[in-house]
Amino acid sequence: MKGERRMVPKATPTSYYGQPILKEHVWKGWIPAYFFAGGLAAGLSTIAFHSDRRGRKRLARRSWVASTAALGAGTSFLIADLGRPSRFHHMLRVAKPTSPMSVGTWVLSTFGPATGLAALASVTGWLPRVGRAAGLAAAALAPAMATYTSVLLTDTAVPAWSEARGELPFVFAASAMAAAGAVAIIVTPAAEAGPARRAAVIGSLAEAAGVRVMKESLGQLAEPYHEGHAGDLSSTAETLTLGGAAVVALLGRRRIPAVMGGLLIAAGSLAERFAVVAAGSASARDPSYTVGPQKARLAARAATAF
Amino acid sequence: MTSRVGFFTDTTLCIGCKACEVACKEWNHVPDDGLNFLGRSYDNTGELNADTWRHVAFIEQPALAPATGIKWLMSSDVCKHCTRAACLDVCPTGSLFRTEFGTVVVQEDICNGCGYCIPACPYGVIAKREPDGRVWKCTLCYDRLKGGMTPACAQACPTESIQFGPLDVLRGRAAERVSELHGQGVTEARLYGDDPNDGVEGAGAFFLLLDEPEVYGLPPDPVASTHRLSSMWRTAGTAGAAFALGLAAAFVGRRS
Ligand code: SF4
Ligand code: SF4
Repeated sequence: MKGERRMVPKATPTSYYGQPILKEHVWKGWIPAYFFAGGLAAGLSTIAFHSDRRGRKRLARRSWVASTAALGAGTSFLIADLGRPSRFHHMLRVAKPTSPMSVGTWVLSTFGPATGLAALASVTGWLPRVGRAAGLAAAALAPAMATYTSVLLTDTAVPAWSEARGELPFVFAASAMAAAGAVAIIVTPAAEAGPARRAAVIGSLAEAAGVRVMKESLGQLAEPYHEGHAGDLSSTAETLTLGGAAVVALLGRRRIPAVMGGLLIAAGSLAERFAVVAAGSASARDPSYTVGPQKARLAARAATAF
Repeated sequence: MTSRVGFFTDTTLCIGCKACEVACKEWNHVPDDGLNFLGRSYDNTGELNADTWRHVAFIEQPALAPATGIKWLMSSDVCKHCTRAACLDVCPTGSLFRTEFGTVVVQEDICNGCGYCIPACPYGVIAKREPDGRVWKCTLCYDRLKGGMTPACAQACPTESIQFGPLDVLRGRAAERVSELHGQGVTEARLYGDDPNDGVEGAGAFFLLLDEPEVYGLPPDPVASTHRLSSMWRTAGTAGAAFALGLAAAFVGRRS
């Protein structure tokens, strides 16, 4: 989209000196990085669980360990982003169903230890029954872990997020699946990584398709996803994801291309999270994205009132 | 619970003196946020944020009387203390809470600066103070209310543009004021935020405006996103199921 001229001039509804109506989020890069890490861990734990059940020992073990590492990193990202990191445990003083961040905190604090335990059992061979139970718990929580972050964004006043509430959960779920498949490919010998390759390719295609559908249905609110920094990130993400998927699909049985394809897909997933967060900022910054849709809503309501 | 209180800001009475801004800063020890010249009429404060809890907006419009050439709309903006407050709903620590007066207040000893309330507020009110790391906004002078006093801004307002009192009383008074103005031919007078059926289920601080809300920097149809939370979780549930099925499907078939 960059460099193209807009065909329809952008309507500029009245504003107060062009000033934003909404406040932009003040999260640093830690938050989109956490979205990536959390999704990655959700997918890896699921891959590990199925691998356990099908006797794919190496894929299972390495995926459990990689998932635990991703969770460790992700949790530290979350804490690093807080204005008062030493108060991170204040998240645990309440359980609030009205807050997706509170729900997510509790999902993370059950999914995390379950994954860690399953990893420990898998690596050491100790307590196999505890390990199996923990693995089952992690796999059961994984879908929530992979998608709650999308609800965290759509449950805000930010136009480019809240109006994407029908599609963003699918984008995040697919992004998690793609990234997990990709990392499982990287950490496992090609001969044993068949399911991971399939997960990576299916996830990548679903992610790219999901983003396209989301932009389509957003109408004018897709602009923040196409323009500026977010637009650059989003098109980079698509190129990385689809390029990586092609490499894995065609050459994934050879070690070096498999690793390269996996890295591309993982980078695409990461870039997509940053793109979504940046698009939200852009849509909050421009008051016309707040005023325009709200005026349209009021007009539609007035029309049906007669 | 004592009866719910709030603000009715009648912008037709505002003279733009900014006594409310000053009184708020003084009483609440809100830090200095710069001595700025913004070039926006008499507005050098800019917006509501962590260090500005009352903000007087100045809008210059062409006047009918050609002698002056210009007229001002002035309005003292503030946190709306929403009935359905998205900031409060999404706060994961319980720092934001509803007081016995029906107002929405941040507990600064609880807030860990997660920042979630900031994009949740449909009015762009609540904001983070750096390097403090926590969020701050109008408390509707919670401490003064506890002492049976009027909030500092309403107390300082020399024209009673800012009126404080029980919300139901204020709503009645506002409706009367609008019909009085309509009677005087000021047909553009309208209430903003008084309707308990709006997207925030009625604001605890509402306004009488003389133009469209967006002219004052206010959203025309604010909605607390948490209204739609259950349908968002259902969508996420479907996406989560697709995720689980997709990964399970990757294991079906060939052993390679
Ligand atoms: S106006 Fe914003 S900060 Fe104030 S109560 Fe409503 S949602 Fe919260
Ligand atoms: S920044 Fe503070 S008040 Fe806002 S949601 Fe987080 S903990 Fe609650």
